[in-house]
Amino acid sequence: MLAFVIRRILQSVAVMVAVAFIAFLMFRFVGDPVNQMVGIDTPAEEVARLRQSLGLNDPTPVQFANFIWKAMHFDFGMSYQFRLPVTQLLAERAPATLELAFTAAGFALLVGVIMGVYCALRRDSILAKTFQAVSLVGVSLPTFLIGILLIYLFAVILGWLPSNGRGDVVKFGNWWTTGFLTKSGLRALVLPAITLGLFQMTLIMRLVRAEMMEVMRTDYIKFARARGLRTRSIHFGHALKNTLIPVITIAGLQLGSIIAFAIITETVFNWPGMGLLFLKAVQNVDIPIMAAYLMLIGLLFVTINLIVDLTYGFVDPRLRVAMRA
Amino acid sequence: MPNPTPEEVKGLVGATGAGSGGAPSTFARLMDSDIFASFRTQKVVMVAAFIVLLMFIGATFAPWLAPTNPFDPATVFLADASIPPRWQAGGDPRFIFGTDDQGRDLYSAILYGLRVSLIVGGLGVLLAAAIGITLGLLAGYVGGRVDAIIMRVADVQLTFPAILIALLIDGVVHALIKGVSREDSAIPVLVISIGLSFWVQYARTIRGSTLVEKNKDYVHAARLVGLPAPVIMLRHVLPNVIGPVLVILTINLGLAIITEATLSFLGVGLPATQPSLGTLISIGNKYLFSGDWWIVAFPGATLAIIVLAVNLLGDWLRDALNPKLR
Repeated sequence: MLAFVIRRILQSVAVMVAVAFIAFLMFRFVGDPVNQMVGIDTPAEEVARLRQSLGLNDPTPVQFANFIWKAMHFDFGMSYQFRLPVTQLLAERAPATLELAFTAAGFALLVGVIMGVYCALRRDSILAKTFQAVSLVGVSLPTFLIGILLIYLFAVILGWLPSNGRGDVVKFGNWWTTGFLTKSGLRALVLPAITLGLFQMTLIMRLVRAEMMEVMRTDYIKFARARGLRTRSIHFGHALKNTLIPVITIAGLQLGSIIAFAIITETVFNWPGMGLLFLKAVQNVDIPIMAAYLMLIGLLFVTINLIVDLTYGFVDPRLRVAMRA
Repeated sequence: MPNPTPEEVKGLVGATGAGSGGAPSTFARLMDSDIFASFRTQKVVMVAAFIVLLMFIGATFAPWLAPTNPFDPATVFLADASIPPRWQAGGDPRFIFGTDDQGRDLYSAILYGLRVSLIVGGLGVLLAAAIGITLGLLAGYVGGRVDAIIMRVADVQLTFPAILIALLIDGVVHALIKGVSREDSAIPVLVISIGLSFWVQYARTIRGSTLVEKNKDYVHAARLVGLPAPVIMLRHVLPNVIGPVLVILTINLGLAIITEATLSFLGVGLPATQPSLGTLISIGNKYLFSGDWWIVAFPGATLAIIVLAVNLLGDWLRDALNPKLR
């Protein structure tokens, strides 16, 4: 078991080093960092001195080591556009993205499970068939189109909900801002969260439906019926409980995707998060932000995968045996 | 698969008989195949195929089908800007779907935009397939360290969503070729971004089948005859492992079209002077609040319909070619 944990952690570290290497290559070779810092009239000696002081004349492996060392201390240099430390820019926008992502994930999980259970139990009802058809359309529609559709319906025609920004936010401690505590903040959250969570919702719905239909055919459900348990407790106490393990795994794995896909939702709704910052960076070739965001998302995905794998190892005894072999 | 109805049987017999005694023609064999039978029994698939065909024709012959060339400044007048669709009050019979903010005919713009979207999506998946097949063959046939390196890269890439990788590649490539204008570089850069984002699935599939094929007798025989490895890979192994690629291609075409549209919508894809469906949607999005819904609605609907139709075709192809489901 310990060997498995160590091997798995080493693998994750290797992936992170690979991601860091790509980020480093971008940082170092796409667009010259010195050119971005000096003006046209800076004398050549000044440029050379700057180059020396930034360590750009060191051998590449040394530079890479320095890059990793700095990255581990959350130092990704200055943004070319804003002339501010990248870490500060990302940290300022992190709360917006995280709140949006977790709300979207919660929405996807809750509604997806309810719809999935309904579709599995009332398979032939009209509503279940409608859900199925809607989920097919939902998978085919690009995220940004869903966002536009929702804006047109609920913001332009009905005028119920705002379509732009985060509403009023409350400052919490040093750098965390939250929109959960104000009415306009909550209202602003509704449409972006639905847009972002819709794809994952259909995914979870299909998964719950398939798993639930499989579980309903198993012997222990038949036995529970034979014992005369109430239908409700069979459905939710026995069947649903056993479908939730894969659902939670998928939901966990999808959390990374949700944060990455927030780029699109944040653009549609002009949501002041990290994704919007990253997109502006791509448009303006602001390499430090691109590199830092890549590392951040990489770290997120690697951590989530690691946690899921390790929990599986602890939870599922069969895997534990396989690992020992 | 359901039993064929008498009409179908008659049709099949008639089609085979058309070969006039000799070996049935390719067309007749196609009509006789299980795949065609399953195609004819599913109405939704037929509709999807019809829509895809229609859209391909529309895109291919856009210059002849479009009433105006929306990108010829001589035929576009600002006075025609933001005219609603023909059937609405204030509509103009010249513009079926109305015009956009610059007075371009939306119907023509959609045909041209569809063309760009399909070209970028199609070339993108083809490039992805070419990269994936090559690397998959190499990984499976050569094995050892080559295999390990290729598959580790694939693993790392698979942890990231394709759209994020496409965004990054797009940004980096544009940074590297700073001198070239976006108009000239947009299509090739998008094709490269999509190609490099979607190759993993092909590589994994091809590698898997190559590992099986390479231990079969015909490959051993080819090796004994002394054929060089590249010839064995391309002439002997490749034809036997290429089957599943068609399904992945179809399914990925929908994804690639969405990816291109998303990048264009985000403003890092095709510029407004050379719009794809995504660019048209992003232009229309700006006018949503002034009530000009048609500028975004028609390109959006076109995008949704083509992606849905391609996805339905892909799903059907996957099931029809899957021997386990027969």
